[in-house]
Amino acid sequence: MTVAPSASQELEETPVRNGMLRYALSKAGGALLSISMVIVATFFLFRLLPGDPVRALAQGRNMTPEQLDLERHRLGLDKSLPEQFFQFVKQTVQFDLGTSYEYKRPVLDLIGERIGSTLLLTGTALVIAVTLGIWQGARAGWKPGSRFDRFSTAISLVLWSVPTFWLGLLLLMVFAAGVGPIPGVFPTRGIESVDAPDGFGYVLDVAKHMVLPCLTMVAVVYAQYLLVMRSSVLDEVGQDYVTTARAKGLKDDDVRRKHAVPNALLPTVTLVFMRIGFVVGGAVTVEAIFSWPGLGQLFYEAIRVPDFTLMQGTFLLITVSVIVMNTLADVVYHLLDPRVRSA
Amino acid sequence: MLEARNLSVEFASRGRRARAVDGVNLAVGAGEIVALVGESGCGKTTLARTLLGLEKPAGGEVFYDGKPLSYKARELKAYRRRVQLVLQDPTGSLNPRQTVYEAVAEGPRIHKLPDEEKVVADALSRAGLRPPERFFLRYPHELSGGQRQRVVIAGALALNPDVLIADEPVASLDASVRGEILALLLRLRDDLGLSALVVTHDLGLAWNIADRVAVMYLGRIVESGPTEQVLQSPQHPYTKALLSVLPESPEKIVLTGEPPDPTRIPSGCRFHPRCQVVFGDCRTVPLQILPAAETQQAACHLLKLDG
Ligand SMILES: Nc1ncnc2c1ncn2[C@@H]1O[C@H](COP(=O)(O)OP(=O)(O)OP(=O)(O)O)[C@@H](O)[C@H]1O
Ligand code: SF4
Ligand SMILES: [Mg+2]
Repeated sequence: MTVAPSASQELEETPVRNGMLRYALSKAGGALLSISMVIVATFFLFRLLPGDPVRALAQGRNMTPEQLDLERHRLGLDKSLPEQFFQFVKQTVQFDLGTSYEYKRPVLDLIGERIGSTLLLTGTALVIAVTLGIWQGARAGWKPGSRFDRFSTAISLVLWSVPTFWLGLLLLMVFAAGVGPIPGVFPTRGIESVDAPDGFGYVLDVAKHMVLPCLTMVAVVYAQYLLVMRSSVLDEVGQDYVTTARAKGLKDDDVRRKHAVPNALLPTVTLVFMRIGFVVGGAVTVEAIFSWPGLGQLFYEAIRVPDFTLMQGTFLLITVSVIVMNTLADVVYHLLDPRVRSA
Repeated sequence: MLEARNLSVEFASRGRRARAVDGVNLAVGAGEIVALVGESGCGKTTLARTLLGLEKPAGGEVFYDGKPLSYKARELKAYRRRVQLVLQDPTGSLNPRQTVYEAVAEGPRIHKLPDEEKVVADALSRAGLRPPERFFLRYPHELSGGQRQRVVIAGALALNPDVLIADEPVASLDASVRGEILALLLRLRDDLGLSALVVTHDLGLAWNIADRVAVMYLGRIVESGPTEQVLQSPQHPYTKALLSVLPESPEKIVLTGEPPDPTRIPSGCRFHPRCQVVFGDCRTVPLQILPAAETQQAACHLLKLDG
């Protein structure tokens, strides 16, 4: 737009910004509080789990009780619970997530190695799911009761109710062996082939490995985006400003594109971020099923040992990033919506 | 200028057909303000939407400048520049994420009018928002209810229409600003020769601004005529009942019976289940549909007896 703000309006900007800053700070404070509670909860949660990590580590090897005690001492497990707790808190706030029992390496390093593949998988799946879900949801909600709407809603309700692992296993079975005329086209394990070529060939190889886990994740999370977008658009359809725009001569498609979708997008995207935990949960399952070498699989393996420090570390990282995402979504929502911006 | 000829509109409602508008003749002349009154659900909004071409009639036609309204995209779009809409709730009528400038500029942009900024500024000042530049970058939530309704009116004026259709334009506003908005409509008529169809259930409002009044009951006009005549010497029992609830009225006529249901229109006179003076013919003999006449007229069997 070519219109310059007048002087009086520039003056009024300041209190608005202050209000926003105060809001952001209070949200950040709330997030910090949640994170501290998560740290405390994490510590106790993982000590309630059954299983003795030292015995688990010793499995298959012959170890005397003295050797077990020595190992316990090395891991700090012979100290009292309060001592262990304070040690844990002190390390955590210094971003030291400890050393994995099993790998005998810093948890942070292990996470660093795996986080890339997780981001690749969840990132790709999220982009596809969000784009597809929002596009389809917007069209469905704009013409409620239409054939497209009924079809979309039915599909998403089915996908919503299918458990991730069930869908994943189904795809795994179909594509591992191939069913009838369908050959097993896509690899079902890991992120790359043993004999993967270099350069572009490698990218292609990874992409092929990603198809099935990505498909599973998209199928499971896209339904909720579709349904949320559908209901947000549905809220806008009956609004008077939609009628007003029509009465001014705006084409139906443009009314949807210029008015209904942008207004529906804001609550939808916020909700999408608020429910990011759902995606993370899905990632753990999907990675476990398809042996995708990411954080989810790391966590899954850590539970089986059990490897306390590794579990704690991955769990903390995942939980904290969900909290941070939610807070960001909340603040960005307030930043973008003029109604709440100055309220 | 704008005319409904034997217009009817139907909706499918729970498997049945609801005739929300059931045979309406109504004309709004150049520079004329017509009030459409009637209780809730009688079909006022539906009639207004159909006149705007937002709803397709099941029967009858909308005429503009003597030509029937065409529902072809291009012709409908041209029609939008002539007849504009103002709705009841200005908060809902404005996209909350658009500035005043964007809201008012929407019409000119759709129709690719030249000099957009000047058109917007003119429309805002004609709607009483002066100096217009001060309002350009405001968001609706920063304005008062009255100012918002002025922005909505400016958005309509930006297309330089001949007719405004205003559906309860002040019903959601504070009593203190209602008068201002009504005065604005009157001034627009005087300055620009703008015609208006004002939908309302407030007879006082009709009295204040309308040249003519049409009273609607269950999808049909039951009485119409010059405002003074219809409101001071009503002929139809329904108009009398509506007027009797005003504070200055000596005797109250309380309407009994169920509120009307457009899926079940009574035989004979559609008002007979609730009429005070119902008699033999009323239940069985249908009434003629009133023509779009200037003079006072009412659809009631009693009048035929008198005359
Ligand atoms: N889109 C629709 N679908 C089905 N029925 C409708 C629709 N719009 C209106 N109706 C019905 O048509 C009848 C007339 O409604 P309308 O909104 O025109 O009344 P109104 O006179 O404007 O009432 P109010 O004073 O409450 O605004 C009502 O019975 C209503 O239920
Ligand atoms: S026709 Fe009969 S029922 Fe209808 S309004 Fe007149 S008197 Fe009443
Ligand atoms: Mg209405």
